[in-house]
Amino acid sequence: MKDHIDTNADRKAWMGLLAKAPEGQVAALLDANFTRPDHTWLRPPEIGSVMVRGRAGGTGAPFNLGEMTVTRCALRLPCGTVGHGYIQGRRKADAEVAALVDAMMQTPQADMVRTHVLTPLADARDAARATRAAKAAATKVDFFTMVRGDD
Amino acid sequence: MYVAVKGGERAIENAHAWLAEERRGDVNVPELSVAQIREQMALAVNRVMAEGSLFDPDLAALAIKQARGDLIEAIFLIRAYRTTLPRFGTSEPIATDTMACDRRISATFKDVPGGQVLGPTFDYTHRLLDFKLAADGDVADAPQRETDQADVPHVTDFLNREGLIEEAPHDDTVPRDLTREPLEMPADRPLRLQALARADEGFTLSLAYSTQRGYARNHAFVGELRIGTVDVEMDIPELGFAIDIGEITITECESVNQFTGSKTEPPQFTRGYGLVFGQTERKAISMALVDRAMRWEELGEDNVGAPVQDTEFVLYHSDNIQATGFLEHIKLPHYVDFQSELELVRKLRREAGAADMQEAAE
Repeated sequence: MKDHIDTNADRKAWMGLLAKAPEGQVAALLDANFTRPDHTWLRPPEIGSVMVRGRAGGTGAPFNLGEMTVTRCALRLPCGTVGHGYIQGRRKADAEVAALVDAMMQTPQADMVRTHVLTPLADARDAARATRAAKAAATKVDFFTMVRGDD
Repeated sequence: MYVAVKGGERAIENAHAWLAEERRGDVNVPELSVAQIREQMALAVNRVMAEGSLFDPDLAALAIKQARGDLIEAIFLIRAYRTTLPRFGTSEPIATDTMACDRRISATFKDVPGGQVLGPTFDYTHRLLDFKLAADGDVADAPQRETDQADVPHVTDFLNREGLIEEAPHDDTVPRDLTREPLEMPADRPLRLQALARADEGFTLSLAYSTQRGYARNHAFVGELRIGTVDVEMDIPELGFAIDIGEITITECESVNQFTGSKTEPPQFTRGYGLVFGQTERKAISMALVDRAMRWEELGEDNVGAPVQDTEFVLYHSDNIQATGFLEHIKLPHYVDFQSELELVRKLRREAGAADMQEAAE
């Protein structure tokens, strides 16, 4: 864990939300409510991999489990704000939108972006998780013991 | 010996054209989309991701389509693609205790906190062919039940209060990476786990089965098996902090073995560990058993010469892409090699024949 995790907790949360959003969803929310700002590329979208690590026994020594695909980019708005996109999969258009949202969240537009993009995104994620968890819960075994005479 | 030979270009081109046609099959049957494979052949996709060692369901589905359902060929395609990717970095070790579990069972403790959650399992099905699937049909929504969605702790965490189960103490040693350096012996446990996580499912299953049956006997219980999603977090240097870069589905298995103690360790339950991409529980359980068996040296057990205890044998033969590459290359032209062997056999026979004649003459 990083020392400055608290000061960056908000940004960390929205970047994580953007990274895991389903394909095209962030773009749909952004374009429905905003005109995309101009930007210049600091790093055009590129596809690469990240080595995912696990721990032996869940808590012990780290080991390399395997890689996953990631797309990243960085851009600058005309006002100078820099936005980063780091998202799962091979999705250059989505990485661009993620970086735009990251940048816009650091401008006076932040509240509007939160209301129209991040909140609906988080709600959709929570609903999907809740549905899956509820399906899992329905498969939970309720054990009962046959009565074996008087106590 | 390799010699450049001309010819065969047209035959090869035509063979590939026919392959494309055969892959498509009867054009009166609708073509499979990659999304259909991803959604409806999900366990094949999971196996290709696990053994291809790259988590990307769309790519794995594409590879299965291209390979006509030959999963080892699909894994080969994924491994080849993987090598073209720049590596952006390495994640923090995933926290499997925060998994959003679809399935979580323990064969050792009935009343585990969090409960026995069966999930979408084949277990308890009757293994009778379901002819309704041959017809188009809608599927009923799965039932739901209220849940508090709390993190589900590992079974071994709260059952170890008596200290009867071996602990896995926290460690931050940077692991070796067999995708970056040749696999060299001796292989420590992190390297063995990396190799097993991408090892062939069939090979791993057979080895696990062998140790269950008595070759370096490992009478294992599934202490815990869980399938679900975890966040993947990575430190981003340009930001100066770590963010979630994605979410992956994984299967984790902790096997628990009775252990009567050795010269170095007290009697306790020892553990084997399996962790595999996707919903891949046969592989994860197998991995845990093989991991445990290969720990014989560390736990002070005897080497009884069982195949599963031979780390070098296991690791050098567990990778199906290395295996198939070496195996299948023998069908490619070896005309010159064979020519020289033919010459040798002819010469030996001439010499043997000459010796026989000599003997007969004497």
